[in-house]
Amino acid sequence: MKKAIAIVSLTAAFAAASQSQAVTITLACGTVGQELQLCKDGAARWSKKTGNTVKIFESPNLTNDRLGLYQQQLAARSSDIDVYQLDVIWPGLLSQHFVDLKGKIPAAEINQHFKGIVDANTVNGKLVSLPWFTDAGLLFYRTDLLKKYGYSAPPKTWAELATMAKKIQDGEQKTNKTFTGFVFQGKNYEGLTCDALEWVNSFGGGTIVDSTGKITINNPKAAQALDTAASWIRNISPAGVTTYDEEAARGIFQSGNAAFMRNWPYAWANGQGPDSKVRGKIGAAPLPAGPGGKPAATLGGWNLGVSAYSKNQAAAIDLVRYLTSPAEQKIRAIEGSYNPTIPALYKDQAVLKANPFFGSLYSVFTNAVPRPSAPTKGKYNQVSQAFSSAVSDVLNGKSKGQAAVASLATSIARIKGRGF
Amino acid sequence: MTTNATPTSAAPTRRRGIEAARARQAIWLLLPTLIALAIVAGYPLYRTIFYSLYDANLTSPDQRTFLGLGNFWFTTSDGVPLGFLQDPKWWTAVKNTLLFTVVSVFLETVFGMIIALVVNSAFRGRAFLRTAMLVPWAIPTVVSAQMWAYMYNDSFGLVGRGVLGGQALLANTDSAIWALIAVDVWKTTSFMALLILAGLQSLPGDMYEAADMDGASKWTQFWRLTLPLLRPALLVALVFRSLDALRVFDIMYVMLGPVNAAQTSMTGYARQALIDNQLLGLGSAVAVAIFLIIMVIVVIYVTAFRVKFD
Repeated sequence: MKKAIAIVSLTAAFAAASQSQAVTITLACGTVGQELQLCKDGAARWSKKTGNTVKIFESPNLTNDRLGLYQQQLAARSSDIDVYQLDVIWPGLLSQHFVDLKGKIPAAEINQHFKGIVDANTVNGKLVSLPWFTDAGLLFYRTDLLKKYGYSAPPKTWAELATMAKKIQDGEQKTNKTFTGFVFQGKNYEGLTCDALEWVNSFGGGTIVDSTGKITINNPKAAQALDTAASWIRNISPAGVTTYDEEAARGIFQSGNAAFMRNWPYAWANGQGPDSKVRGKIGAAPLPAGPGGKPAATLGGWNLGVSAYSKNQAAAIDLVRYLTSPAEQKIRAIEGSYNPTIPALYKDQAVLKANPFFGSLYSVFTNAVPRPSAPTKGKYNQVSQAFSSAVSDVLNGKSKGQAAVASLATSIARIKGRGF
Repeated sequence: MTTNATPTSAAPTRRRGIEAARARQAIWLLLPTLIALAIVAGYPLYRTIFYSLYDANLTSPDQRTFLGLGNFWFTTSDGVPLGFLQDPKWWTAVKNTLLFTVVSVFLETVFGMIIALVVNSAFRGRAFLRTAMLVPWAIPTVVSAQMWAYMYNDSFGLVGRGVLGGQALLANTDSAIWALIAVDVWKTTSFMALLILAGLQSLPGDMYEAADMDGASKWTQFWRLTLPLLRPALLVALVFRSLDALRVFDIMYVMLGPVNAAQTSMTGYARQALIDNQLLGLGSAVAVAIFLIIMVIVVIYVTAFRVKFD
């Protein structure tokens, strides 16, 4: 009798186990810095909670390489990867390959994220992916040098920045010939698109293409913004700034050879590292505003989307919900300085203790301007290249702002053709 | 390829039988190679040519529409030119690639020849020098390109700050091409020297002894003996280097970034169209054009200089 009961209960247990159907989900994580470890840890917590298994797919480091690889997977309708980590500019390109999360996730849960980021992830009303961590352009400055030259606060406008940078540069160059006032991402690539969008937007010149797909770049304020940026070259910025990317700019700032730097928040953690020459001397502020405009920061960051070809969509969606949840974002913010996409976390004491500038720059992260990737969809990269090339020509003195935005509007119209 | 000098004097029928059997045998032995070639080279080439005739997107290649030669040359009813041959950036890329190829291959040949002549003569430490000169060639191109990008940096670079006093060569695409040529010459001269050295070593030494006896100067020996005898080896080296230079990609991509690379190399333009812009059809058409350009140049080389590859 006892044996019979044992057999019955054992069978029942097996039946129950097979009903809950533990599945294996493949998650494509980035591998830059601490990213991979944090990704593995989060996935492990989810599997412990749900009993499912997560396989980590290690993606290439470079965004462009990653996109190429993902496109191959998606074009082949491969079910190998269930959850993809998506750059904030990709939803427009890849929307057709992802599950619409709207309706599958409670609206309250979606609305707890910054609206701007959710908008950037929405293409034609379809929520392609859920925000995971965010990025926005910041102005880094040398607190010690500002004090030395009699300034009490970072610049509020680009004109102020130019004056301050010039004064500090002239003073410092007496002892250090390589010292420069302001470094940013001037190389002709996606980074220049981010920087130049900040200039144009802070002058009140719009966002290149507006949310309805109308080309708005050909306006006097945008032209003025580009001319202003061109005036920095050889004046407060080195001629070679037009070959700098994020790391080149950081290299100069971190070795103590620049007063101001435009960069992403990651530069904070590196600048405070033990090998940094400017450790403890860095301040972070919102980027300056143009005349009559307000400061603008370009939105960056990564999101999680569920492949439309996944065989376990329900579990994959659950994993995305878990990883983007406040609890998980808090851990990532404390351990890796990843900016949360949930406003409430910017008031969390533990998060603020690890990242003191999160609190003071809250408005920068809430008001970040998205690049026009959603309205331009599959043609975003072409639009971005046309924009950065035009800006690059102005910076290198090959054309003037007004002529550049006029011809840029024509070339974007050509790219648009019959529609984005 | 053809064997026209078959001796037919003794037992012609049997000989032909053996030849035929050998030919049959050769076909069977070649077959695996031919199949492998068809799979790894023929099929991708066929797909590239196939897609070049379609308007297709990298993210959804099965939703394609037939365009014919529209990827090459096409003007919409609104007068918008969409073919890549109508894009001035493509022609800038072609011009820059050809400039890069002609100048860098010329300089590499001249310098390679000088180095080869030096290390071919007997002196102490020759073996060491022969090995040492290959160092630039042994470094992976992406690594050396990044290294040079740092050296050209205007604020901390050895060349940009130290030699040029704070000029940014790579900032301007017009000056950047010369900086790129310098990097390629630095990197590939040793390879050229090695190819030429191999040719030099096959030249008989007693010939020079005879020339010395006849009282020919070293200069005359070089122009009258070395150079003519070296011609076959030199031409093969030239063809190889030219092909390499025409499909240069990594130096531009690493040192200039993806957008400017598309205006300095044909392959950079193809990559930008195909990967960054997802234009599978247009990118394939560009690849086909590069294939044709390289093929035409090889045919001109081979026929004009009567290069023999055997």
